Amino acid sequence: MAEFTLPKNSKIKSGKHFPAAAGAKKVRTFRVYRWTPEDGENPRVDTYEVDLATCGPMVLDALLKIKNEIDPTITFRRSCREGICGSCAMNIDGTNTLACTKAIEDCGSGDVKIYPLPHMPVVKDLVPDLTHFYAQLASIKPWLRAETPPPPDKERLQSKEDRAKLDGLYECILCACCTTSCPSYWWNSDRYLGPAVLLQAYRWIVDSRDEDTGARLDELEDPFKLYRCHTIMNCARTCPKGLNPAKAIAETKKLIAERVG
Amino acid sequence: MSDLRTPLKNALGLGSAKQGAHHFLVQRTTAVALALLVPWVVWLVLEALHLDYAGAHALVAQPLNAVLLLAFVVAVFWHAQLGLQVVIEDYVHTKGTQVVLQILVKFLCFLGAAASALAVIRIALGR
Repeated sequence: MAEFTLPKNSKIKSGKHFPAAAGAKKVRTFRVYRWTPEDGENPRVDTYEVDLATCGPMVLDALLKIKNEIDPTITFRRSCREGICGSCAMNIDGTNTLACTKAIEDCGSGDVKIYPLPHMPVVKDLVPDLTHFYAQLASIKPWLRAETPPPPDKERLQSKEDRAKLDGLYECILCACCTTSCPSYWWNSDRYLGPAVLLQAYRWIVDSRDEDTGARLDELEDPFKLYRCHTIMNCARTCPKGLNPAKAIAETKKLIAERVG
Repeated sequence: MSDLRTPLKNALGLGSAKQGAHHFLVQRTTAVALALLVPWVVWLVLEALHLDYAGAHALVAQPLNAVLLLAFVVAVFWHAQLGLQVVIEDYVHTKGTQVVLQILVKFLCFLGAAASALAVIRIALGR
């Protein structure tokens, strides 16, 4: 059966508390998931009181302040700090999003809870293991596949209308927020490709320059790879780039239905 | 990681079944049928409520009612089978249990449909 409870060694315990420095003006409490593979301990939630008067506006700013000034052992991924690399995807205030584009003041009242992306193996603290996610992306061969060689003197061209079909698809940064928010992916990630990879697949299916459309649809037409999507719509709700993977999946299903009948 | 397989090998698994469209289309077709038939069934049940046995019998025996009721029975059990199949695929990951449940659901849905159809046909034919 699908597992609905955490195994004993994954149960989360309460951890250390780091009070704000004396003289802090605008204190906000952050509750952060911590787990280290080496020490054999259960995961815990550490509490950090951060003075927002001396902190940038985004959740990532708070995490960096914690790492730089309060607790250097905290581990997370970040790179571009402007919502284009997807490295700092994590579960903040109950929703998967990018720490760098999520404003602290947009988090609900009370403590700001920060967890790694749900239902993925954890490498350490807020760092999830995305190996399988990336392998699933590789499995759909997300590059232009064409028999016809490109013209010798110019690029492969496409009309403005065809180019417009890629809008809402090409912006995906593969942060995995949508895929890890999907209950269908939680229960069947071994076989279901998940919203992000299916959006990428559709991005190539609708590309007017790609000639492998039929093979791409063949590869997706599978009760698990594609049809595990039950239009739960968490993907569209959580996407930090405002994209709609569920629509891309629905369009793929429509194309497959179209060629059947 | 410990089994020395590459991540891509695991992601590719057994490959695409290259089917699923049929299931998808039949599920939606039966859903459309039910969307049309269920309000009518509600009407039929409400009509039958204030009739005695003979009156209800005669109501179901009317050819149009009998045919629509048969259509409803087929659609509802077919749709239920397809839906339960997906629920089992979603949540039951023990291979043996899954196979047994899938077969059991198909048998029960067929028996339910057959028994209901027989009842309607017997009434329609006046037995």
